[in-house]
Amino acid sequence: MTPVDGVLSASHLVKTFRLRSGLRSTPVHAVKNVSFEVVRGRTVALVGESGSGKSTIARILAKLETPTSGQVLLDGVPTPTRGRALAEYRRRVQMVFQDPFASLNPFHSVAHHVERPVRIHHPELTSAQVAARVRDLLDRVQLSPADRFASRRPHELSGGQRQRVAIARALAPGAQYVVADEPVSMLDVSIRLGVLNLLADLQREQHLGVLYITHDLATARHFSDELLVMYRGDVVERGPADDVILRPQHPYTQALREAAADPERLGALRDEVRRSLRPLGQERSASA
Amino acid sequence: MIVERAAEPDLTVQPVLTVEDVSIRYEVDPPVDAVRGVSFTLHRGEILGLAGESGCGKTTLAYGITRLLKPPAVMTGGRVVLHGRAGRDAGGDQDDDEATTDVVALTGEELRRFRWDRVSIVFQGSMNSLNPVMTVRDQLHDVFTTHRPGMRRRVREQRCRELLELVGVDPARLASFPHQLSGGMRQRVMIAMALALDPQVMVMDEPTTALDVVVQRSIIREIMVLRERLGFAVIFITHDLPLLIEISDRIAVMRDGEVVELGTAEQIYRAPQADYTKQLLASFPSLSGTRGGFVRGREEVLGA
Repeated sequence: MTPVDGVLSASHLVKTFRLRSGLRSTPVHAVKNVSFEVVRGRTVALVGESGSGKSTIARILAKLETPTSGQVLLDGVPTPTRGRALAEYRRRVQMVFQDPFASLNPFHSVAHHVERPVRIHHPELTSAQVAARVRDLLDRVQLSPADRFASRRPHELSGGQRQRVAIARALAPGAQYVVADEPVSMLDVSIRLGVLNLLADLQREQHLGVLYITHDLATARHFSDELLVMYRGDVVERGPADDVILRPQHPYTQALREAAADPERLGALRDEVRRSLRPLGQERSASA
Repeated sequence: MIVERAAEPDLTVQPVLTVEDVSIRYEVDPPVDAVRGVSFTLHRGEILGLAGESGCGKTTLAYGITRLLKPPAVMTGGRVVLHGRAGRDAGGDQDDDEATTDVVALTGEELRRFRWDRVSIVFQGSMNSLNPVMTVRDQLHDVFTTHRPGMRRRVREQRCRELLELVGVDPARLASFPHQLSGGMRQRVMIAMALALDPQVMVMDEPTTALDVVVQRSIIREIMVLRERLGFAVIFITHDLPLLIEISDRIAVMRDGEVVELGTAEQIYRAPQADYTKQLLASFPSLSGTRGGFVRGREEVLGA
């Protein structure tokens, strides 16, 4: 398998929801004509605030939502809508959700979560082969020793460990593309990088194409090759991650960039506020 | 003893709240010591950042300071003292709103009067703690009818309009119900409510975490403007250390119920001492620095 042998592309995606109130219904244009490509072995970040349409795109790619118009193509072939072809699409394109507390079934063990997709998508494997595969997957997401984690249930795991299970589950059927919708925003800050680094390592090792959806500009910059900024259903700016963040062109990207906390601006906001409140030429020294 | 008086008292060194060796325990089985021997001093008009991850005890501490702990949480030791404004703290007249107060000892009517009047709190999800079946007007008026029973209706109404203007919400919104406002506007209304009685200290527990970054920014700027104009002190609680470094005067870093480091924002950022502070700083990728270089160094952060 060569590193770049596939591409998942979104072509002119449009999604309009109808918001009904009483007898009237108003259209909500969640996604307006969005196109991009996720190439295997590369990460594309989709950045935007809530309501910008980024999660709708994730759900369309994962076939949890049908676009109003436009299509998703895998290696140039439009996505199937039913049958074995759809199952094959789902085997190759998997999703990691935001909330690892909600996305894992509290009644089932870690092993069950990872084993089921392996069995469903690879019915030819023997039980021993499935077990070996599950162990291997848990090792790969650094839940080792695998035997210690396999029998645990979600409530016995930390948030970061749960998200690792979710990633293992996404990889289990043999995914080539992972759509990660805010995969670390529910996690504690000190373990976020661990999970993101894991995704980055897996992406390199297995030539995964990753769509990383986030509202956090800093991690988007560090963990992606290409970055798309969404605003009210439109992509307003796109380009190499560093270019977009360091030299934003669109006013909205600039606003996002300005709004993100930057410790380098230590005290700048306070000084700016003080300046703006003080009449010109009148300096108060006491509270410097 | 010679007492030297500065021509103009430096507001930043007058204490407004002293927290001494506070410990809080959850009396469950086994007991959890959520806050263990925390001490710090909050100065007038200061923004003190309280940084830490979930479970470190920062919210429990905030509840302790505002006397909002509910069983099984119990304050097992320590003192919280709210200082009166300069020159008035010796006053023995308990009627005086500005007298020095031993917060832990307050009970009954005194406690009720203390809450909100002298120390107010803005909770993380507080935009969702507005009453859905009352208008903004009724809820703001409520603060005054409870705490300033003598206030005339006309004056109350005037004050409510001023408050909304202060936090950047159109006073016409007084007639709105909470669901008619956006999340950012509801959070502003909550801040207006917290400001209503001109408190000396505002505790803000993740006040903007649930909001979008652009909205978050404008609210934080608003808080800083109001702080300059009204002179209250803020305890700002969040896990977002880069944000705290940007806006705080001093920062206390908490872990497992203890303050592991306390220093000026500059010290915490440029020369962190505690390993945990360094680890937290290393957890945030830098927005403007070199690619792959995180906020401070790139040490071993794969501790998950």
